[in-house]
Amino acid sequence: MATVSRAAAPGPGSRARRWAAGFKERDTWAAYAFLTPWFIGFFVFTAGPMVASFILSLTDYDIISSTQYVGLENYRQLIHDPKVSLAIRNTLVYTAMTVPATMAVALGLAMLLARVGRAAGVFRTIFYLPVMTPLVAVGVLYLLLFNGSFGLINRALEVIHIQGPFWTTDPHWVKPGLALMALWAVGANVVIYLAALMGVPQQLYDAAAMDGAGRWRRFRDVTLPMISPALFFTFIILTIASLQTFEQVYTAFFNANTPTGTDAALFYVIYLFQQAFTFLHMGYASALAWLLFLIIGIVTVIQIVLSRRFVYYEGER
Amino acid sequence: MSQAASPAGPASPAAPPPAVLAPGQVPPAGRRWLPTGSPLKTAFYMTLLIGLSILFLYPFIWTVSASLKPREEVFDNKLIPSTFHPSNYLDVWHAAPMASWFVNSAYIGILAAGAVTVSSGLVAFGFAYFRFPLRNFFFACVLATMMLPGAVTMIPVYLIWNHLGFTHPGTFLGLAKQQYPLWVQNVFASPFYVFLLRQFFLGIPREVFEAARMDGDNYWTMFWRMAVPLAKPALIVTFVFEFVASWRDLLKPLIYLRDDHLYTIPRGLFVLLGQYGPSAGGEGDWQIIIAAAVIATVPMIVIFFLGQRFFVEGIATQGRKG
Repeated sequence: MATVSRAAAPGPGSRARRWAAGFKERDTWAAYAFLTPWFIGFFVFTAGPMVASFILSLTDYDIISSTQYVGLENYRQLIHDPKVSLAIRNTLVYTAMTVPATMAVALGLAMLLARVGRAAGVFRTIFYLPVMTPLVAVGVLYLLLFNGSFGLINRALEVIHIQGPFWTTDPHWVKPGLALMALWAVGANVVIYLAALMGVPQQLYDAAAMDGAGRWRRFRDVTLPMISPALFFTFIILTIASLQTFEQVYTAFFNANTPTGTDAALFYVIYLFQQAFTFLHMGYASALAWLLFLIIGIVTVIQIVLSRRFVYYEGER
Repeated sequence: MSQAASPAGPASPAAPPPAVLAPGQVPPAGRRWLPTGSPLKTAFYMTLLIGLSILFLYPFIWTVSASLKPREEVFDNKLIPSTFHPSNYLDVWHAAPMASWFVNSAYIGILAAGAVTVSSGLVAFGFAYFRFPLRNFFFACVLATMMLPGAVTMIPVYLIWNHLGFTHPGTFLGLAKQQYPLWVQNVFASPFYVFLLRQFFLGIPREVFEAARMDGDNYWTMFWRMAVPLAKPALIVTFVFEFVASWRDLLKPLIYLRDDHLYTIPRGLFVLLGQYGPSAGGEGDWQIIIAAAVIATVPMIVIFFLGQRFFVEGIATQGRKG
């Protein structure tokens, strides 16, 4: 991504010496004092648990009986676990539906907002409100609105003579329904895109218009490149979040009385959660967590590589 | 506060523009804050937006309306209930320890938000003001942990708390043991807020601090007397964001809270859905669940309207991380 231009480097010796001298300064120790909470948190709640999680993933551990070292057995098992491939497929399909749809809708709304002047503030507030709703309530709302026989969505479709599907029970329609529900909470992205749109200098549009660029050309050649850092950022963040979708789906499909839930709604983190805290397969669940980490890492790297050509940072070049 | 727009530290060429805007400040190139098209076009866009707003608000209106209907009329989709039945709220109060859940959510939220604000403020100031060996490396670690999926650390962290006995009944220092894991981690700062606050501290001119040092402030009083008051808007953003995040959370309460009087509101709502939802047999008592969902959501809406400008600033800042 951004390449920081280095100042002319002094000789390696003097740099190292200056670096080491830093530790003698009072400032350094004061700084480390300010950083102490993070140091503790990093080791106790992040780095330590990461190591522990990896070690756990090589064992059989259920809290009650003693730990068995099993080597890579958990990883071997998860490759052959049909539920794992099902959960990965569900999660990827849902992510592929949600992320582009959210970005497109949010950008559309933000561009509308950018055209109405000060009134944008009121609408921005309205679009943001759903983001505040607790995800459990979103799960409940999903069950109500998407109910096949008396939900609001199908009632509305009836008005235009379309027989709506049974969103919450038909396996083919579970994920599209959940993705539609996720669109309700596009507000945060609208705010980000609106801020980015406001930052595009008017001169660029004027210049493009003078060169005879039409509406579409101005959008493609001015707006999109100028807001591409914001698009790129939300693309990555939305994908990571979407791959970890849990709360609203767990609420809607896996509550107390239906602990097995619906296969179509078995998302990766739900399966991981069940393995860890319902069946107490802590070792296996840790292996699942590392596989998730790997999947997210790969997806993110692919996104970064693919986006490199499309993201324009002002000041670079 | 307008100096917030000029970063003090040397910025890399590709650095995004400075972070949090001072309250009420229009984005730097406040270009299109005025409608540009013809009045007719503006009227068209306004109509479109009003339509979309109704679409976005409708689920709220539907829910509130349904929460006031008797059981048989919940799904009649009438905007105004034909029979008002506000006793649903009384029913839910009797059906579950709603008051305890509400208090639990509130106190855990305040502790979580307070802890994360103080600790992240300290750490962020450390990163912003001082030059010290390994600073960039540590800051890269902060950024890296932001990307780490929570699932990787979830299990070992649970095992730590379990080992310490905090997943069992009982109290510690007067508070229920099971509720500690929901907020204690926040005492040790959180990467996202460290990033946000650091950006803000970088926006304060360095001379302010040098002057304070001249006046005989030590590092601590400089932080407390100069940095904290100047960074108040960003600290409020942090507090409000974390309170909301804590209030909405379901995953941690699912893992740690076992006794029903210790539940937070989302954890309680989850159980109510199991008890009164249709899966328990029959049509279910949706009016109870809906009333509870309204109770869970209303505080968030109130907070949002009270702290609106802070939300918008905080969110818009995220996008500039780019």
